[in-house]
This record gives sequence, C-alpha cells and structure tokens, in this order.
Amino acid sequence: MMPPINWPVIYPELAICITAFIVLIVDLFLPGRHKWVLSLISIFGVLVALQIVFMNFGLKGDTKAFFGMVVSDATGLYFKTIFCIGTLLAIFVSITYQRREFPEVGEFYTLMLLSTFGMMIMASALDLITIFLGLEMMSIPLYVLAGIYRGRYRSREAALKYFLLGAFASGFLLYGIALIYGAFGTTNITRIVELIADGKPYSPFFVGVGSVLVLIGLAFKAGVVPFHMWIPDVYEGAPAPVTAFMSAGPKAAAIVAILRIFVITTPVIDLTWVFWVLAVVTMTWGNILAINQNNIKRMLAYSSIAHVGYLLVAITVGGEEGVSSAAFYLLVYTIMNIGAFAIVVLFAEREEFYENISDYAGFGSRFPFAAITMTIFMASLGGIPGTAGFVGKFMIFSGAINHGFYWLAVIGVLNSLVSIYYYLRVVVAMYMRQPQTRLVDIAISPSLMIAIIITLLLVIQIGIFPDNWLSLAKQAASLAF
Amino acid sequence: MANVIFYILAVIALTSALMVVTRKNAVTSAVYLIVTMCAIAGLFVQLGAVFIAALQIIIYAGAIMVLFLFVIMLLNLRKDEFGFDTRVFQRLFAGLLGIVLLVQLIMVVSRLPVVAGQPVDTEMGRVAPLATKFFTQYLYPFEIISVLLLAAIIGAVVIAKKKMGK
Amino acid sequence: MAPLSYYLILSAMLFTIGVWGVLRNRNALIIFMSIELMLNAVNITLMAFSSFLKDFSGQVFVFLVMAIAAAEVAVGLAIIVSIFRVKESINVDDVNLMKW
Repeated sequence: MMPPINWPVIYPELAICITAFIVLIVDLFLPGRHKWVLSLISIFGVLVALQIVFMNFGLKGDTKAFFGMVVSDATGLYFKTIFCIGTLLAIFVSITYQRREFPEVGEFYTLMLLSTFGMMIMASALDLITIFLGLEMMSIPLYVLAGIYRGRYRSREAALKYFLLGAFASGFLLYGIALIYGAFGTTNITRIVELIADGKPYSPFFVGVGSVLVLIGLAFKAGVVPFHMWIPDVYEGAPAPVTAFMSAGPKAAAIVAILRIFVITTPVIDLTWVFWVLAVVTMTWGNILAINQNNIKRMLAYSSIAHVGYLLVAITVGGEEGVSSAAFYLLVYTIMNIGAFAIVVLFAEREEFYENISDYAGFGSRFPFAAITMTIFMASLGGIPGTAGFVGKFMIFSGAINHGFYWLAVIGVLNSLVSIYYYLRVVVAMYMRQPQTRLVDIAISPSLMIAIIITLLLVIQIGIFPDNWLSLAKQAASLAF
Repeated sequence: MANVIFYILAVIALTSALMVVTRKNAVTSAVYLIVTMCAIAGLFVQLGAVFIAALQIIIYAGAIMVLFLFVIMLLNLRKDEFGFDTRVFQRLFAGLLGIVLLVQLIMVVSRLPVVAGQPVDTEMGRVAPLATKFFTQYLYPFEIISVLLLAAIIGAVVIAKKKMGK
Repeated sequence: MAPLSYYLILSAMLFTIGVWGVLRNRNALIIFMSIELMLNAVNITLMAFSSFLKDFSGQVFVFLVMAIAAAEVAVGLAIIVSIFRVKESINVDDVNLMKW
C-alpha cells in the first residue's frame, strides 16, 4: 500500500514544471506577434516558485518525500533560490532578443523552465540516480537552447559540441554511480551515510573509482579544467541570453551535486588534494586564457572557468565554512555574471555586431549609464571592494586561511589580481579609446533595463550589506540527510 | 556450462564493440552496435533478468538503432566524410588514455573478493517486483523520466522545424 | 552464472572501448554510437550488481538509463541532422568550433 505523499516538499518543482506546460499549451494558440505573453507567464511562474521556496524554508515536520528520494532542506532551498533568480533574470534578458531573432520559437521559455526544473531536482535529490536524472533533465533542454538560433550556423555547432561532450560526461557520471551502487547496494544518500556509520562492510575500491568517475562527470558540467574545452566555444556560439542562462544555474547545480555526493564518499576516500590541484589549475588556466581573448563572450567564458576555480577552493576547504562560502559565492556570481551578459546583449542589439572588446570603444561617452553599469559588473567580477564579488571572494579566501590552506589562498588572490587586468580592459576600451566607426543608436528595451537594474542594485546591496545573505548561506551549509 | 555461454557472448560483444569504433562507415558501425546490444541482451538473460533483456532488444536494438540507421540513410553521406582524427597527438592521447583507463579498471575489479558463480535466479526475471519497485520507491524518478521524454520531444521538434516567417 | 568480477571486467572493457571510440573518431554519428556503447557497458555493471545483490533497484536503473538514452538520441540526431542540412558534412573537423 502506498503511504501518502508529502507533496509540499516538491511544490517548487511542480510550480516550474506546470508553468512550462502552460507556456507550451498557450504557445499553440497564440499568433506570432503576441508571443510576449509567454514570457509574462514564465516570469509569473518563476515568481510563484520563488515564493513557495521562501515558504518552504519554514516547512514543519517531515521534510522528505517519495521514500527519501527528495528532501526540502536549507541547502536545497537556498540553491533553488539561486536557480529561480537566475532564470528570472535570464528571461528578462531574453525577451527582446527572442522577439527579434527567433520570434516563432515560443518553446524557448518552455525549455528554459524545464532546464530549471532539472536543476531543482538536482538540488534537492537525496538519491544518486535522481541526481543523474536531474542532470539530464537540465542538460537536454540546454543542448537545444544552445542551438536554438537557427539563423546562425555557429549556434548549431555549439549545440553539437555541447551535446556530444555533455552525453560523454553523463556516461562517466553514470558509471561512477553504478560502482557506488555496487559498493553499498543502494544509491540513497541517507542509507549510505547510515551504512557507513554502522560500519557495514563495503568495497572501498568501488567507492574510490566511483567517486573519481562521478567527479569527472560533474567537472565536465561545471567546466573544471581539464574538462573545460567546450565552454568557450559553446558560450560564444550560443545566443547571448542563453549563454547568460547557462553560465549561472547549471554551474550551481553541478556544484550542489558535488557537495551532496562527496559528503558520502569523503569518509571512504579523501579527495581533498584532488580538489586542491583542480582548484589551482582551473583558476590559473581560466585567467591566463582570458587575458588574450578579444571576443567578450569568450572572455566571459574563460572568466567563468576561473570563477569555478574559486568555488573549488571553497569545496577544498569543505566543512561549514567552505560550503557556506561556496553557496554565497554562487549567488553573487549568478547575479553579476547575468548582469554582465545583460550589458553584452544590450550592446549587441544590432545583429551580433558589438561582440569584440575593441568594439566597445567610445561607449563611455555615448551610453553613459550602460557603461557605468558594465564597469560596476566588471569590478564585481574582479573582486574590487565595495562590490558583491569582493565579499564573496573574501569569504572564500578567509575560509581557506582559517583552515590552513595558505598556498591556496595566496594563489587565489594572485589570480584575482590577474583577472582585474582583463576586466579592466573592457573598462579601458569603453572610456579611453576612440571608436573606429560611427556608433549606432541603441534602443534599450524595458525588460532588459529591468534585468540590468535588478542585478545592479543587488550587486551593490550585497557588496555593502551582505549580512542577511551571508546568514542565509550559513544555513545552507547544514546539509541534511 | 554457464561460463562457456558467458565467454561466447563476451567475445561477441567485445569484437563487435571494437568494430563499432574502428569502422569508417557509419552504417557498418551501426550494424555492429546492434550485434553488441544483442550480445548484451544475452548477458542479461544469463543474469536472470529476462524482462530487461527483452527491453534491451526492443528499445536499444529495435527503436534506437533503427533511428540511427534511418538518420544515416537520410543524410546519404559521401565516402570522404569518414575518417579518424588526423592529428597524431590526439590519436596517441586517445590510445594512451584508453590503456590507462582499462588497466585501472581491471586492477580495481581484480581486487574483488571472488564470489563464486551462483545459479541463475529466475526470480530476477519477474516483472511484478520490478513494477512494484517502480511505483513505490522509484515513483519520483519515474515521473521525472516522463517529463524528460517530453522535453526531448519538444527539443527535437524545435531543432527540426523549418524556419517560419522572417 | 559466471562470477561477478567477470561481468565487471567485461563492462569495464566495453566502457573503455566506448571512450576510446569517442576520442578517436571524427564522425559525429560514430562518436554518438560510442557514447551509446558506454551507456550499455554501464548497464551491464548495473545489471550484474542487481543480480548478485538480489536487488531490483539495479533493474530500475537500467530501465531509466534506456529511457534517457532514447531521449538523448532524439535530441542528438536532430542536432546532427540540422548541422548536416547546412554543411552537408558531419565530420567534426569541418565543424569550425570543434577543435577540442
């Protein structure tokens, strides 16, 4: 007999999923020029989901559902908040772009919402196989979104590359999960923690190889060097709003999966030194390659690799301090990165014209508001005091020092300094260089403006008064089983 | 006796798998992949999972591979489309990585306590326990899979549909 | 039934062949088939554990993996066909961005 299902636990997922279906159905009945209604429905749905997430923070009683398959703990809810914010901002960034470039594809929003649905599944899954399903649920719509711009050949290429490497990575992840299943006889994280605590015999070899394979699979998704090679090409080829979307949420989802899985495998095999090496290599390699990029999307792609490196520093530190600083940094990164991409979309209003950093020459005097906003986002990405990015980096590196990872902190800070150089290049181009050609007018769409203003306010607000957000991130660090 | 059948199926699976990745022609590869999948279905029968073996043939060898062949025929590839990586470094890297991975995996597996072969458990082929498992403990993944398949259909339609207007 | 380790070694070998095929081939379709080979290898592992542990979860996973493979094939082949429509080629060397 089936016990009753604890529905409130999955209300946020349901809200997103149902919205996706409503958008899909409404799309059928809407004539081409009214497709903007779809974006309104999506925004409304995400806001509802966000509201439910906030309500679920106070969920009383049993927080698990579906036979311990999902849990509604602070970690999951915190990450769901990040996903909702990221998706909301990405929708605002997309509206005008979508209407101009691929107006007939109303499914755009459905796919975006389904991808968010997948991320949410990953964030609150308590079973390895559910984490895997969530990852696929997140990735399959993303492959399509990367190739949605059919007018541009490079978008299709990005989809192919993303798809082949993504499916390849899923194979590794699945093999890892299979070996962990073989070692414990179950894939439920709660059960495995109990088994280890009870001292039940298991095969440490399987868990060891399994966790390495899982790490490879997730490292692909997060873009950890040496599994990063798809990131620059896919970010460049995909339409700019899609790039904004996939540079934020999916990375956070991969990180939360790493946090959940490695809590159970750490007692068996200690991978701290692996994370240490990966963190150093990822930070350094991302930053070095970012220096030479002329295309702004590629530059932001390499910078996103470097940011994953900083997150790995937090994961290496581990414990409550590490997890909370990683969670906090992911929120900050989502906001500032989507903000930066919003400006890129804004400047790319006319075709894909202003994509090179050198094209930004003269924007400082021509578009003062956009230029100053971009400067703030670049400062935040570089970690200059007074911005949200600084607080995030400060938390990560102080955590590293508190736990004795001095070298890691030193390398991280040096990397931040290097990164300021290439972020400044954009600012220098905007304010100090003369434009080569006459600048075309840019009509700022209201939706894009909303996204830019929200991100700008959040970056400044978190930068100056981070306390509320930090305490939320601290809560998120208490992983429940 | 059971071991002999295992060896035969394993050899078929490995040989045809090697053929899949070394043939230049996609049609040949696809046909060898079907052979591999049928051999794997045979292994499932050896393990007592008759139902999953049937699914393996119907879904993998049947539906998925037919779709592959269909696309290959549809694309009507020219002969010069085919080939391997021309860069020596990449090929060396691929070979080296393959060897390292294999040695590692075999090393790990060979450290296992040798569990003697057990008789085939016909219980594992029953559908009812599988279905019970699906609709109780794994209900949530089951529902996710349904949404996932829907997402895949939407995605395939979005990519394939012709550009309208504009 | 042959011992568990036999199945695991076979599965490891098939998985490795799949990985090798992905890295060495330049034809997007064959790369994709190699990925399917990897998934099948994992299925052997799952099924072997399932039978030796007498636990039906492994069979459920195999079922789920098949469904995921079907979903991936639908999307993946659509992407490959859409590339071919423009470029008349599925050699990943002809795809400019594919320098990995």
